[in-house]
Amino acid sequence: MSIPSLASARKSWFARLPVVSHLRMSSGLQRGMLIAGLVLSVLFIVSALFAPLIAPFDFAQSSDMSGDFPRQSAPDDKFIWGTTVTGYDVFSRTMYGARTAIWVIIAAVLMSLFIGVLLGLISGYLGGWFDRIMVVLADAIYAFPSLLLAIVMSIVISQGQSSLWGGIMAAAISITVVFIPQYFRVVRAEVMRLKAEPFVESAQVIGSSPWRVMFTHLLRNATRTLPLIFTLNATEALLTLAGLGFLGFGIEPTAASEWGFDLNRAMSDATSGIWWTGLFPGLAIVLTVMGLTLVGESMNDLNDPRLRRFSRKKAQRITQAGVTR
Amino acid sequence: MTITSQTGTTPSPTPARKPAKQKGGGFLRYLITRFLLIIPTVFILITVVFFLMRVTGDPITAAMGGRLTPDQLAIRIHEAGYDRPVFIQYIEYLGQVFSGNLGRTMSDNRAVTEVLVTYGAATLELAINAVIVALAVGIPLGLVAAKFRDRYPDAVLRILAILSYATPVFFAGLLLKLIFGVWLGWLPISGRADWQTELALTGLQNPSGIYWLDALRSGNMAALGDVTAHALLPALALGLLTGGVFLRLVRTNAIGTLGREYVEAGRSRGVSEFRLVTKHAYRPALIPIITVMGLQIAMLLGGAVLTETTFEWAGLGFKLAEYLTARDFVAVQGIVVVLAIIVAVTNFIVDILAALIDPRVRY
Repeated sequence: MSIPSLASARKSWFARLPVVSHLRMSSGLQRGMLIAGLVLSVLFIVSALFAPLIAPFDFAQSSDMSGDFPRQSAPDDKFIWGTTVTGYDVFSRTMYGARTAIWVIIAAVLMSLFIGVLLGLISGYLGGWFDRIMVVLADAIYAFPSLLLAIVMSIVISQGQSSLWGGIMAAAISITVVFIPQYFRVVRAEVMRLKAEPFVESAQVIGSSPWRVMFTHLLRNATRTLPLIFTLNATEALLTLAGLGFLGFGIEPTAASEWGFDLNRAMSDATSGIWWTGLFPGLAIVLTVMGLTLVGESMNDLNDPRLRRFSRKKAQRITQAGVTR
Repeated sequence: MTITSQTGTTPSPTPARKPAKQKGGGFLRYLITRFLLIIPTVFILITVVFFLMRVTGDPITAAMGGRLTPDQLAIRIHEAGYDRPVFIQYIEYLGQVFSGNLGRTMSDNRAVTEVLVTYGAATLELAINAVIVALAVGIPLGLVAAKFRDRYPDAVLRILAILSYATPVFFAGLLLKLIFGVWLGWLPISGRADWQTELALTGLQNPSGIYWLDALRSGNMAALGDVTAHALLPALALGLLTGGVFLRLVRTNAIGTLGREYVEAGRSRGVSEFRLVTKHAYRPALIPIITVMGLQIAMLLGGAVLTETTFEWAGLGFKLAEYLTARDFVAVQGIVVVLAIIVAVTNFIVDILAALIDPRVRY
């Protein structure tokens, strides 16, 4: 009877993929949350990838063959989510907003991952004065309200406003600076722990260079927890981008569509009861962040056996297996 | 959402840390080392902000760039001393900061310190209101979630907590404004008070700037009502979103304490379930919350910038956004530096409180 539990060691490559394996492990409420998160995330990615196909108009288009678009018109057949004060189609802008968001997320997370992991590895492994300075610096930045830091960075990079790629990179770099300390701390702590392990010592004894030890022996072991931080940071990147945009520090509306900026514009609409210009970009932010968070949290819980919940059937099978043995 | 990652990794604030062997004086020692640690933090922050702001150019060009001729600009820059080497400016700036002088704003020519005092009170008021809402919502709901762990109330509350994290404060503000301000017409949608009230309260002798406190002191009940009506929506928007974090924290910690032997012992003695949750499990679960409060203050201040802009609440965040649009980087730098110092000092106080409550924290 112990065979079924042993067989799980040899699964096809597909079943071992991160999300798929988590889905198979899950059950009940946990599975529901994971699936809901996946659906929302896929929705986000699809609208980002296929924005030009889904959206009926361009994000900065305020007229077509039949003339200028109406301003602040309520949702109807042609403009399913209404139009803004400048006559842009809210639905098209919301779809294109996903595109901007995904670029910023990818750029921010990749950059902070790369720099943060590198610094964490070097700092943790080599130690000494470099390590001390890095730790103090990282702690100082970590204690800083992240939005303020992002504001300062965006002033530095673009004096506050810019074109599409300039804006995306400015937002991404601003967010990167906020995130580096987080990756740095996690990787450094892990490297400090691993440094005492016998396999590191053996590598040192046979004469491996510090770089080899760091990149072949430590890197893979120290970065196991990172996928979880990844999803959490993706959401924080998105929220920071929206916050920057809301304060007017994002990308110009004609260069790209950005949810936070649209919400800023929607604020004055709200006072006169116009709800559609704010509701849809706002919901887009909420649903995207929720989707990514649900995926990250479920994976986090499922990775921890103490938090993993089994279905009744599976629990029965496990206990029976124990009894019959 | 940094909560999960923070509990997982042990932060290492002190570079060289040795376990304190001596029994007496451990706390004092911790107090002093922790206090000394503020200095490099604040110093680094001031330095980083200063150099970052100077990398792109001088504040005068940024603020007046389009409006003055190059010659006029050069004269202004020379008068303000921005054409000297950056390092000398930096030393001078450090000296100014330590003597409490943060310069004058470019756009409306006021002392930055004066701006901070005038608008700081409003931000403090908003932060206090929001923390009250957050605690009032987060703690009871967290206890409920812990009590009904993995059952429906817990599932609903967890999703609510995630929702509160996923909602940007300005979107929550927009919805609240639409519903309670525009459609129902119950509450005012912007500002801190009506102008009559504002006039009455600022006319008081040495006002605190915290409106409900001033209204209470002067016994002006109409003003108190007005101020409360104005404070409600911003406090709800910021407080509910912060409350989600408290909910998760209380839930996690209360689950831990509910499983302890002494709770079981209480139950066997016939202590009611309600009392078990609200007394036995709740009190010890509060300790970790205090430590996280410090980190929340940083988040709250960031959130306050957005909340104030949303509700046109004339506090530091609102002014910060105004100065940002005006490209008044002297003012921005001053406000950012002071906010950073506030965060550093709050973290210090919180760490000390945590050490007082739980001796294991000291090292």
